[in-house]
Amino acid sequence: MNEPKPIIAVENLSKTLGLRPVLRSVNFTVARGQTIMLLGQNGSGKSTLLRLLAGLSKSTAGSIRIGGWQMPQEAAALRRQIGLVSHQPLLYGNLSARENLDFFGKLYGLGKAQRGEAIAALLDQVGLGKRAHSLARDFSRGMQQRLSIARALLHQPEILLLDEPFTGLDQAAAQILEEVILSAETQGRTLIITTHQLERAPSLAKRALILSRGRIAFDGGIEAMSAGSLRELYAGICGGTM
Amino acid sequence: MKTPFLTVMLAIVSKDLRGEMRSREILSAMTIFAFLCILVFSFALELDRVARQEAISGALWVTLIFASLLGFNRSLAQEGDQGNLDALLLAPVARSALYFGKLLSNYLFTLLVALLILPLMTVIYNSDLLNGWLLLTTALGLFSFSTIGTLLSLLTLHTGSREALLPIAMLPVALPLLLTAVRASTNILNGAPTGQWLVWLQLLAAVSVIYLALGWLLCGFVLEE
Repeated sequence: MNEPKPIIAVENLSKTLGLRPVLRSVNFTVARGQTIMLLGQNGSGKSTLLRLLAGLSKSTAGSIRIGGWQMPQEAAALRRQIGLVSHQPLLYGNLSARENLDFFGKLYGLGKAQRGEAIAALLDQVGLGKRAHSLARDFSRGMQQRLSIARALLHQPEILLLDEPFTGLDQAAAQILEEVILSAETQGRTLIITTHQLERAPSLAKRALILSRGRIAFDGGIEAMSAGSLRELYAGICGGTM
Repeated sequence: MKTPFLTVMLAIVSKDLRGEMRSREILSAMTIFAFLCILVFSFALELDRVARQEAISGALWVTLIFASLLGFNRSLAQEGDQGNLDALLLAPVARSALYFGKLLSNYLFTLLVALLILPLMTVIYNSDLLNGWLLLTTALGLFSFSTIGTLLSLLTLHTGSREALLPIAMLPVALPLLLTAVRASTNILNGAPTGQWLVWLQLLAAVSVIYLALGWLLCGFVLEE
């Protein structure tokens, strides 16, 4: 039986910032609808890889193909298919939660009725329905993170890139986020998630990539692993520190 | 498929105006700076009535230019400091639509400050600064300054010393428009015959078109990494 054609294909990808190589000959593919955990120490190149996949940055060498399109040269054709949750919330503090989503909905060309429905549903989904009219600057870090996830999902992207989405979330908010991620997976979206919280990885994804010093040091299944054995594997590759 | 240009541009303007109505971060800083500047010029030139008359257009443009620089820095900081520019760049929109949206917001802010200080200067300097031709010169000069100011503030957005770098990068580039705007304004205020200042006004319009074209052509390069 033929393997399904990957939605993301990364070949010999390298990125240098100044004189420092951040990514070195990275190769991997992601099948449509797959969820991947991207693990690695600080500075291992996780965020840089997500920025390259989002078309926000240009590679020094190698290629990225998403759905057959070459990034970043043909990024314009793909923008509607990609949602990104970054380290920063990417929100306007002087606008309310609803206004923030409404603004980004306009940028993605959603009609007024479509925006209204999608915004109400997403705010409820991330647990901010009752705070729709509160200014984003008055939100806690966790609430901003949830709003940021709603922003990334607003245009129903096929690929969702989440850069450390659990950072700063309390247990309840992390639970909501897990539900959002699992629901996105159920809807057939392709997800790449970076995290330092190894104990969450096996429950969210069947496969993990571990980046070490800009190279992929591990690419394999983690579904059957316990959090402890993943931690051991990670420590063996990265030297024990997160 | 990209979102229509006008939709994006209006969304950015509406977002900026709504945010500014709540915070007044940009307009308050610009207006206070402009008022102080006018007062300082007024006190400095108080004893010399002739010099004061001659210096009005200089005082007007120095005030507007530096107040505008303050505004551009703050306006673009809203996109840069929280990384929001990334969210804009992720959207399926033309880079030029983002540029024109920020340009229009910046222009509206500078124009509003000009409309606040012109009546005040009329009173303080006892000269008719609400003259229709002077208003047109001011509007045109500020538009021209906003085109290049928005482009350069996008360029300096990710630099460490953005607030210091913008004036240094901006003033030499804006010199042609400053000279033409000051010349046109001086002649209009001194009641010179139309022939003497119309050419400066036409030159100002030509500079505006050139800067606008430059902004449109270069904004894609400036916004990408």
